Formats: sequence, C-alpha cells, structure tokens
Amino acid sequence: MYRYDAHDQKLVDERVAQYREQTERFLEGKIPADEFQQLRLRNGLYVQRLAPMLRIAVPYGMLSSKQIRKVAHITRYYDKGYGHLTTRQNIQLNWPLLKEVPDILEELASVQMHAIQTSGSCIRNITTDQYAGSAKDEIEDPRPWAELLRQWSTFHPEFNWLPRKFKIAVSGSTEDRAAIQVHDIGIRIIERNGVRGFQILAGGGLGRTPVIGSLIKEFLDPKHLLTYTEAVLRVYNRYGRRDNKYKARIKILVRAMTPEVFSEKVEVEWASIKNGPGTLTSEEIDRTKASFACPKYEVLRDINLEEALITDNEAFRNWLKQNVLPHKISGYAIVNLAIKATGVAPGDITDEQMELIADCAETFSFGELRITHEQNITLADVRQKDLYTLWQRLVTAKLNSPNLGLLTDMICCPGGDFCSLANAKSIPVAEAIQRRFDQLDYLHDLGELHINISGCMNACGHHHVGNIGILGVDKKGQEFYQVSIGGSANSSAAIGKILGPSFAREEIPEVIETIVQVYIANRVSEEYFLDTLHRIGVQPFKDAVYRIDD
Amino acid sequence: MTKVIKNSKITDSNFILVREKDIDIDVGNQLFPLSTYLQNLETLVGRSDYGIWIDSHEEIEVLAEKIYCDTIALNFPSFNDGRPYSSANLLRQRLKFQGEIRAVGDVRRDQLEQMVRCGFNAFEMAEDTDLEASLASLQGFTVNYQTTADRPEPLFRKR
Repeated sequence: MYRYDAHDQKLVDERVAQYREQTERFLEGKIPADEFQQLRLRNGLYVQRLAPMLRIAVPYGMLSSKQIRKVAHITRYYDKGYGHLTTRQNIQLNWPLLKEVPDILEELASVQMHAIQTSGSCIRNITTDQYAGSAKDEIEDPRPWAELLRQWSTFHPEFNWLPRKFKIAVSGSTEDRAAIQVHDIGIRIIERNGVRGFQILAGGGLGRTPVIGSLIKEFLDPKHLLTYTEAVLRVYNRYGRRDNKYKARIKILVRAMTPEVFSEKVEVEWASIKNGPGTLTSEEIDRTKASFACPKYEVLRDINLEEALITDNEAFRNWLKQNVLPHKISGYAIVNLAIKATGVAPGDITDEQMELIADCAETFSFGELRITHEQNITLADVRQKDLYTLWQRLVTAKLNSPNLGLLTDMICCPGGDFCSLANAKSIPVAEAIQRRFDQLDYLHDLGELHINISGCMNACGHHHVGNIGILGVDKKGQEFYQVSIGGSANSSAAIGKILGPSFAREEIPEVIETIVQVYIANRVSEEYFLDTLHRIGVQPFKDAVYRIDD
Repeated sequence: MTKVIKNSKITDSNFILVREKDIDIDVGNQLFPLSTYLQNLETLVGRSDYGIWIDSHEEIEVLAEKIYCDTIALNFPSFNDGRPYSSANLLRQRLKFQGEIRAVGDVRRDQLEQMVRCGFNAFEMAEDTDLEASLASLQGFTVNYQTTADRPEPLFRKR
C-alpha cells in the first residue's frame, strides 16, 4: 500500500499543529462557534447528540496492521473501546473529547493517518473496490489512481468551500463494487482497443434526490485525470447552487444544465488546463503504482474448495461458502469478515477485535486489510491452506459471522442513537431484523439480498440502493419507516421504489418477512431477489405488505 | 483608516468599496462594482486611482482583455462561499492579472492561506480582527500537492 514520503508526512504533521492551535483558540473563546464548526468539520469532527464524533480517514479503505492497532489504542484510551466502520470506508469514534482531538490526530499522524476532509463541503475520502489488486475481474488496480486523487484533493485550496460535499469513487473491474454510479464523480477504468483509460460519470448521488450518474466523458487518457477532475470541480464550484443546501449537490447542477451541456462546459474549462503542469507524468504514475505492487505471493496450486467444503464442520463450511471469494492468484483467497453480528450495531468493532484483525492480517494477509463500503473488513490475500486456521482465530473474537451479502449483512447508519441529523433510530431496526432472521440455512436459501437502513434522508445508510431500503422518517415527532424495494449499487445500479405509506418500527420485521415470502413464493429456480422483482414487478409486494394492516 | 494585509504586511487601505447607489465616478480611491466599471470603461481608461470589486456570483471572464487597473477586490458574501477562490485562480492563471487581488467581505483568518494559494495577495478583514495573528496563520503549511496560482508546479513534478 501507499507509504508516505517526507512531503506527505510533513503535511499531515503541519495539519495537526494547525488544528491544535485552532482548538486552543476555540476553547479560549477566540473563534465563534459557527466558524469553528466549519474548521472542525473539515477535520471530521461533528458535534452529535451525546458527544462529538470523529471520523478518521481511511483512504480507499486500506489499512496496515500497524495502523489498525493504533486505532484500537485510540479507541481504548480516548474513547469507549470501539469504533464504527462507515460506508465511505472510514472509521468513526463516537465518544472523543473535543479537547483531546488534537492528541488523537497526533497519534494518527504517527502512523500516516489523519482525519482531513472527512466532513464539510469539500472533497471527501476517495473510495474504491475493496478487492482491488486481488479481484479476478480486474482490468487494472484502481488504488494508484485513488491515491493520486487523494493527494490532489487534500487541501485543494480552490475546492475547500464547495456548495456541498463531494464524493469520488474509482472502479477498476468489470463488476462495480465501488458504487461509482451513485457518486458525484464516478471513474471507471476501461480498455478500448487495447488502450487503458477512464470513463467519467458525474452527478450521481443518494440523499434526498437519488440520481444515477451520467456519462460525461467516454474515454479519458489517464495522464489527464487530475486536470479533468479539476475542470469538473471548477464548474461545480462556480455554478452549483448555494441558495438551498438540499439542491446544492452536483447532481442538481448536472440535471439542471443537462449532462450534455455540463459536459461541454467541463470541456471548455478543461481545454485551458489540459497538458498544463497538472498533467500527470509517467514518473509519478509509476511511483504511485509501485506502492501498490503485488505482494510476494507464493507459487501455490489451487485447492479444490468444493472438496474442502466436504468437512463435517458446518460452521466453517457456511463461512467458507459465504465469506470467501476466489482470488486472481492460484492458491489464494479473498476473505471477508462480516462485522454484522446480531446484537451489535452493524459496523461496530471493538479494540480487541481490531487487534485480532491486525494479528490475522499480519499472519495471513501480508499485514494489510481493507474496510468495505458495506461496513465489513476484507483480508484480500489469504492462502487457501490457511483458511481453516484463520477461521478458528476469527471465531475467538466473534468475527466469523457467515452472513456476507445475506439479508442480515445490513448497511446501517448510526441513526438516532447517535446522530443529531437523524429522524429515527436505525440500529434497533437492524437488530430486530437480525433477530427475526436468525436461521442461517434460511438466509443462505434466500441468497444475496441487501438491506440498507438510513435514519434520515441524508442517506448515510444508502437506503436507495438497498435491494430492500428502509428510511427513518419523522411524523409529528413519531418515528416511522418508509420501505423501498429494487435498489442496487452494483454495475446495474438502480434506485429503489417506495412501496407506500410508512410503518411503525415494530412492524418492520414483519414487513421484511412479508417481502421475503412474496419473493420465495414467486422465485423460479435459483433466482435472486432482484431477478424475481424485475420479473413480477413491485405490485405483488405492495399487495402483500399492505394486507398486514387488514 | 481601514487596515489591510497586503503582500504579508499590514498597511492602510488605499480604497473604499462603493455600492452602486453611492457612486460618484469622479471621486478617486474607490473600488467600483463590476457593472459600473464596464459601463464607464471609456471614462476610466487612463485613470489609475480606482479598482474594481466583483461579487461571488459574477463571472470573472467578462473582464478578459478589459482590465485597466491594478486592484481587483473579490467579495466573500459569506466565509463559506467558495466561488471567489475560483475567480482569483482564473484571474491569475487565465486572465494573467498581475495586480492586487484583494479579499473583501467575510474574510476570516483561518482561510487566508487557501486564499493566498488561489492568487489573493491582499485582505480586508472585519474591524476587530487581530491582523498580526492573522498574518501568522499564513505560515502554517510548507507542503502542498496541487497546481495553484501561487505555485503552478505541482509537488509530483519535484518528487
């Protein structure tokens, strides 16, 4: 993975010093609260319902064992001994003290980490495929490009006060695991006539107005990545709406201008900086790519996992079947740790679990791990022959949930338990669903089915793109939940359709069960939930769900 | 007299910003609104005792080939309006303006460094601002990655 050079380190150190000084001035009453709010937000510090929340940046989700050990240490000494994995592949602390944040940042800087631009109206953490470098369907590793964008966007002085937050994702494989179609800018690595380049989408996003991104550039020579992105950001910074924060995202601008006009405007802007000093040099591209060179894989033969499946250890078999994926290198596997144990908020992880993951990554996966946008953890380079030993280690820390991609592997925001924006709680909803669906065989039989839950229309839980989406709404001070079906975040991205009137919290497990029953009653052979839905339409689900009340 | 930070020094302001209703075009040492400037170009060409101020929503491109003064002020209606950063950058890099770019309006200490990097070199701040301390905040960072008005070579070309 990318290691800081002296420049990168110095920048982060200088940021810690700057933020320390700003915090001291605030505590002395020398910065007004509204001004300090914007300063702390650009360092990922929110003031939440119960305490401040600090969002730590994990560029494209990559962490080393050393880094996650440091995070474990921070949660233990400055917080309550756990962290929360976010849908932007970051880690959040729920209980830090505002005055100790500079110390936390200093600790992070000592392991090449920071909290820069994890909130505020600026360019946020660049995300990518959690299986980058290991996936079988990869055209090219997207991480060097994500890293180049990370550096370019870090303290970009022109784009630190955008109309609204700005999210960029990069995908380098045929299957889109980075949800690029619901990002402000989505970048897809493609190959055309044997030449690599980027397809650029703009104006996708979730939130109040979910939109699938529009193609604005068919093919971009990689060396122009930064100048072209700069042109997009400049057009957005100048013309994006600032009068209404709910209409300020780039998707509204792209739609108002039309994607064609927006794209032309970007071309005009780009023409004057294209080939300028911001054009990437082959030296810099090579330097960055070298940071993501393949680890030293052993020459191994593939083990027949089908045979390995014939084991009498059913728990291991289930885990192997659900959480382990094929690797591009023979003899290796991609292992997913579903951080979705029933009774624990989805994505919450304790200091001890982090340390065990650090050890496992060191022993089994070249000392590296990734946080996924589904709020899970991936060990991307595990020898197949180590799978059983690794699984045994995971069992000791309850990190062996065999529910990856299944109904109980929900994406869920912190919701009303923590977040001051939320209209409703989301964690108890997730838990109630997990408790209802506690039969693993049944879950496996249902197959891939993603439930996403957001506590408000800011959509941090990506409810629009859940196969089943649940959105918390406020009705005269009461918490209600709107249910949608048919969303998807992969290559065939789609926004879910709302079924109808919202439900009380206690009705939700029954509603989900009813939706699942309609699926089971109608599915043909091995059909997934979405396939059945596409074939039979939304109506049968509506009919069934609203019959509950009769 | 209002104090400003100019080229990293604290100095007296040589201009008063005027809004459209208060304009007397013959009076010196004024910053005129963009529209006034464009309407009175012929009268103003040849004079050197005025500047222009441009609001955040106004397009800087209209000034292409039409700049005959040494001071352009960019107004921040609010500290979180980011448009003047782009305007400053375009003034420097595209319109090749070499004169003073002054930040006016809601200009706050913790943003000066970003402004300098986008091409601003003068700052008119609220009355009670500690200008000495504000000057110090320009010294925070020695490293940055991007191609900017104050340093067109990005870091990666020097690695």
